[in-house]
Amino acid sequence: MAGDALIELRGVNKHYGKLHVLQDIDLTVGRGEVVVVIGPSGSGKSTLCRTINRLEPIESGTITLDGHPLPEEGRELARLRAEVGMVFQSFNLFAHKSVLANVMLAPVKVRKRGKEEAEQRARQLLERVGLAAHADKYPAQLSGGQQQRVAIARALAMEPQALLFDEPTSALDPEMINEVLEVMQQLAQEGMTMVVVTHEMGFARSAANRVVFMADGRIVEDRTPEEFFTAPESDRAKDFLSKILKH
Amino acid sequence: MNVLLDNFSRYGEGLLGTVELTVFASLLALVVGVVMAAFRVAPVGSLRVFGTVWVMVLRNTPLTLLFFAVLLGLPRFGVVLPFKVFAVLALGCYTSAFICEAVRSGINTVPVGQGEAARSLGMTFSQTLGDVVLPQAFRTVIPPVGSTLIALAKNSAIAGSFSVVELLGTYKTLNELGYSIVWTFVWIAVGYLIVTLTISALFNVLEKRWGVPR
Repeated sequence: MAGDALIELRGVNKHYGKLHVLQDIDLTVGRGEVVVVIGPSGSGKSTLCRTINRLEPIESGTITLDGHPLPEEGRELARLRAEVGMVFQSFNLFAHKSVLANVMLAPVKVRKRGKEEAEQRARQLLERVGLAAHADKYPAQLSGGQQQRVAIARALAMEPQALLFDEPTSALDPEMINEVLEVMQQLAQEGMTMVVVTHEMGFARSAANRVVFMADGRIVEDRTPEEFFTAPESDRAKDFLSKILKH
Repeated sequence: MNVLLDNFSRYGEGLLGTVELTVFASLLALVVGVVMAAFRVAPVGSLRVFGTVWVMVLRNTPLTLLFFAVLLGLPRFGVVLPFKVFAVLALGCYTSAFICEAVRSGINTVPVGQGEAARSLGMTFSQTLGDVVLPQAFRTVIPPVGSTLIALAKNSAIAGSFSVVELLGTYKTLNELGYSIVWTFVWIAVGYLIVTLTISALFNVLEKRWGVPR
């Protein structure tokens, strides 16, 4: 494990009605580490990702970020969320704001940056994800891949300590997946702490430090990608891999 | 025709009274309505309860009864204000309940992900609502809010029964002066049309300018 623990989950449980979606989850993500969470649909991997910044509240257990336990709803929680960026499956760019305004909004409102400084930084980030020319467009005018790259720039604008990716490429056309994965690869190489829920096995193999395999609300395996993909231990993982790697 | 020309200033006063009641009560209703809608979606339970009770009480009370309660009730507690102010309070608070529900339905049309994205960036509840959710909700609530304000303009007639000068009330004097009741009311109706069609036109412009492009 690289460095000290940045995100730590201990004995986390959550139900949706009778469904026990998260069962005694223990997970530690070190600073600078890239953890890829994979598993069949309904296994709780998205829910796990969303509990880390408390978009989903948990019923028992503890979650700590950089040593601080996640607070209840309120200003404290908002402050902690600012440190953990999130990228969603459906992009969730602010539909009424231009691309540039999307990236600038939180730094101005939350970090209280000056408009000019925030705009300069936003343009740099858009440049970095290859979308500087689209700064004045609205989200609806961009392709899915472009929207997702803007969403990554928006998350980065807060200079977060970690980024959560909740199936960032699942809503994209195949030809747009790579442009998003390339940005993510680059972030991983630069040492960003990342928790990535995905079905992209190629990304898991090449960018992840660890692969966490979830099934039925439990973490079944937590190993290096090399070990996991070549020699999965559990039957559940073997079954899953045989299904997705067949073609 | 004579009834209008002979009593132009009287009609004018009445129309002005109705316009004043409509404008001030609308402003009050919009402000309170949006605040109550915010309360109803707030993470704080007591605010949600307050908003819900506000809507339940005001929306389900007959407006005339509310006028009685405000104009006769408040002075008993030492609150003495001009009748016009009381009328604006009653009309504005009553209508705010309807505005609140229109705004809340607008909030519900904004995809949940928009709020989640804002929260995940560290924005507080009020920032999320004010900068992300309400501006998008605003576009969808323009038509129902327009209808509500038109209803407010017409409801302002009730104030006339509480000795506030407004358009409908002019018929009493004109009737006493012996003018044709039919023409008296025709011109009153024209007066109301001027007010309500102006509101319609205003909201058409707003919708063209801000409505959701689909």
